[in-house]
Amino acid sequence: MSAAAKKEHKSNRPERGGVVTFVEAIRQGLWEEMERDPSVFLIGEDVGVYGGAFKVTDGLLDEFGDGRVIDTPISEAAIVGAACGAALMGMRPVAEFQFIDFITPAFDMLTNYAAKCRYRWGAGVAAVFRGPCGAGVHAGPFHSLNAEAFFMNTAGLKMVEPSTAYDAKGLIKAAIRDPDPVLFFEHKKLYRLPRLREEIPEDDYTVEIGKARTRREGRDLSVITFGAQVLTALDAAEELEKEGLSVEVIDLRTLAPMDREAILATARRTSKVLILHEASRTGGIGGEIAATIAEEAFEWLDAPVVRVAATDTPVPYSPPLEEYHLPQARDVLDAARKLAAY
Amino acid sequence: MKNGSTTKTTASKSAKGEAEEAGARVSADAQGSNGAGDTAEARSFIFLPPPRAEALSVPDPLNERGELVCTDETTLAPAQMRELYRWLQLTRLVEEKLVNLYRQTKVVGGVFRSLGQEATAVGTCYALRPADFITPLIRDLGAVLVKGIRPREIFAQYMAKAWGPSEGRDLNIHFGDIERGFVGPISHLGDMIPVMTGIVLAARMRKKETVAVAYIGDGGMSTGAFHEGLNFAAVQRLPLVVVAEHNWYAYSTPTRKQCAVTNLADKAAAYGIPGYVVDGNDVVACYEVMKKAAEFARAGGGAVLIEAKTYRRKGHAEHDDQRYLPEGELEAWEKRDPLDRYQRHLISNGVATQDALDEITADVRREVEEDAAWAESSPMPEAEKAAYNVFDNSNVPPAFRPKVFGRGE
Ligand SMILES: Cc1ncc(C[n+]2csc(CCOP(=O)(O)OP(=O)(O)O)c2C)c(N)n1
Ligand SMILES: [Mg+2]
Repeated sequence: MSAAAKKEHKSNRPERGGVVTFVEAIRQGLWEEMERDPSVFLIGEDVGVYGGAFKVTDGLLDEFGDGRVIDTPISEAAIVGAACGAALMGMRPVAEFQFIDFITPAFDMLTNYAAKCRYRWGAGVAAVFRGPCGAGVHAGPFHSLNAEAFFMNTAGLKMVEPSTAYDAKGLIKAAIRDPDPVLFFEHKKLYRLPRLREEIPEDDYTVEIGKARTRREGRDLSVITFGAQVLTALDAAEELEKEGLSVEVIDLRTLAPMDREAILATARRTSKVLILHEASRTGGIGGEIAATIAEEAFEWLDAPVVRVAATDTPVPYSPPLEEYHLPQARDVLDAARKLAAY
Repeated sequence: MKNGSTTKTTASKSAKGEAEEAGARVSADAQGSNGAGDTAEARSFIFLPPPRAEALSVPDPLNERGELVCTDETTLAPAQMRELYRWLQLTRLVEEKLVNLYRQTKVVGGVFRSLGQEATAVGTCYALRPADFITPLIRDLGAVLVKGIRPREIFAQYMAKAWGPSEGRDLNIHFGDIERGFVGPISHLGDMIPVMTGIVLAARMRKKETVAVAYIGDGGMSTGAFHEGLNFAAVQRLPLVVVAEHNWYAYSTPTRKQCAVTNLADKAAAYGIPGYVVDGNDVVACYEVMKKAAEFARAGGGAVLIEAKTYRRKGHAEHDDQRYLPEGELEAWEKRDPLDRYQRHLISNGVATQDALDEITADVRREVEEDAAWAESSPMPEAEKAAYNVFDNSNVPPAFRPKVFGRGE
């Protein structure tokens, strides 16, 4: 790129804190961690000169140079494998998937290498694997994935999916400092959503991995969810309040290891639980949550645990089809009303 | 074409020579050029058996007025040459219409242009038999059209309409038509190479002389699936022709960050198959090189790798501002526009008059407008159709949204 063109596009160092969008919060987190710790580096497709397909890493190349912001070939297995190796040497790699759908060519590296290192020979792989996930933007079967259930049955991988700007920054920092491999899912619908703009602290902070957050307190029933569906749940809770129903909304934030305490606590408090997620229902992580509640909070329940999730199909492209496939606010309302009346 | 010829050329290079070459590349990079600038003058070829740096200086074919045209070395009859022009024009105008529809927000997903590289897809695919198979990349609309897919199907796909071949389930060229020898790709780059080996493996088992052509980008060649697929085709001597479309970028990533070989076709040596470099903006040369490659593959020679040197003049998709382009690069490639060039070629050689070409263009425009109107008139799919076709629904019921507490309902 010519010097002139480069200058024109130079993206400045982000503020510390301030009022930010979801994407800006992640970018701040990456930037500050790279300043704080010289062993942190970025690796992925088009993360450098282009700043990533969603501009999450915009400006980082200019600031930190191509030694620490590495544009790679289209080779996800190489990206993940190299991140693992570098982590073994004490580096703190943050690898990006252009879309989380492209995690699949690296499935072997993640599930067989990254996940099992500590268990086999005590070598933790302190690496972050992040990327845009999620549906609802009419991107079709290959750019809409929610990948968590693929990895839920693999011991040794942490999984995080924030739903607020505050949590996004705090969790990306925590993930980078974590001694084990962390998959960090960023719902692409949230990146620039005006609704998520919020003031975040100027000072360095992290959000603990493994802890859910109560987004709204309630007495009559609980919605346990995460990611972009937290918004659906909050909207539904507001609507239901008008009908006299008091709904608690739990944002898991971390999917593995799951916050069992928070899940059981809310189940015991309201005695009625609705689990909401965007991935397909069968084999989705909702089943794991429901089983945990059934095993450990059965006596407190006043109704069966209900799952609201996507239908068991790939994510279709055409808007009416995708709307049918994905859980909608009306599905949550319908399920919640039936659950409350049970 | 002879198996292994590329290996020999590569091996005869001295280590010192290699190092100097690499050094030259690095210093060119340091000056902010990815080598595409010099391509405009020096890197032009018809088809070059040993694809190595020294072969890069084949002169551009010029007409009497010194203008860039296409190669004269052709077996194409005049009528075929005019037909080729039609395919090129159709490809370009379908894409222009798609951009129009996109700007009117009628296209639901993104639009990925092949502007400047249409000759590669059109020329290579035109050399195939109807029973041969292709799998295109997003930028190979031209090949899809040559295979007989109609513009209306493409428009309906992009607009996510019920009448599109995937009935709204998937986008752009992500569908297929076995009858017409078209196996649509998925987004995941590289995956189609192994799939196409299966196509020709089955054809061979059934004693059919089918050739399969897989298109892949300079970026997609870096995947593991690409390697596994081509290696398998090579050891099985399967009639798979891989067209590596070297358009200098994979999204924003220049080829020098993608692989360390000088020519993508150099990779052929690693598989023990022939590799060819062709000027991807010369539609006649693209036709000729595929004709040879397909003949070789069909006769039992096995897999072939063709590298077409071309250039992606638009961004990765409509949203891409191409901030990463070195100055002057686009302009250099505009001068090599495959359509302009072919038009000059046809006129200089007396194959067609300007009027005849204008008539073809007007006809193509009519078809494009008609087909776009047809696609626009299609309804969107009915929501519940989302539940069908995960499995054969004569065995397994559709995946409807389950009712709450709906046991047995
Ligand atoms: C396995 C995989 N990783 C990442 C992507 C995202 N992606 C889509 S297109 C593209 C660039 C492709 O470049 P190239 O192969 O050169 O094809 P071109 O776009 O130039 O035709 C990338 C990285 C993908 N589709 N598949
Ligand atoms: Mg390319």
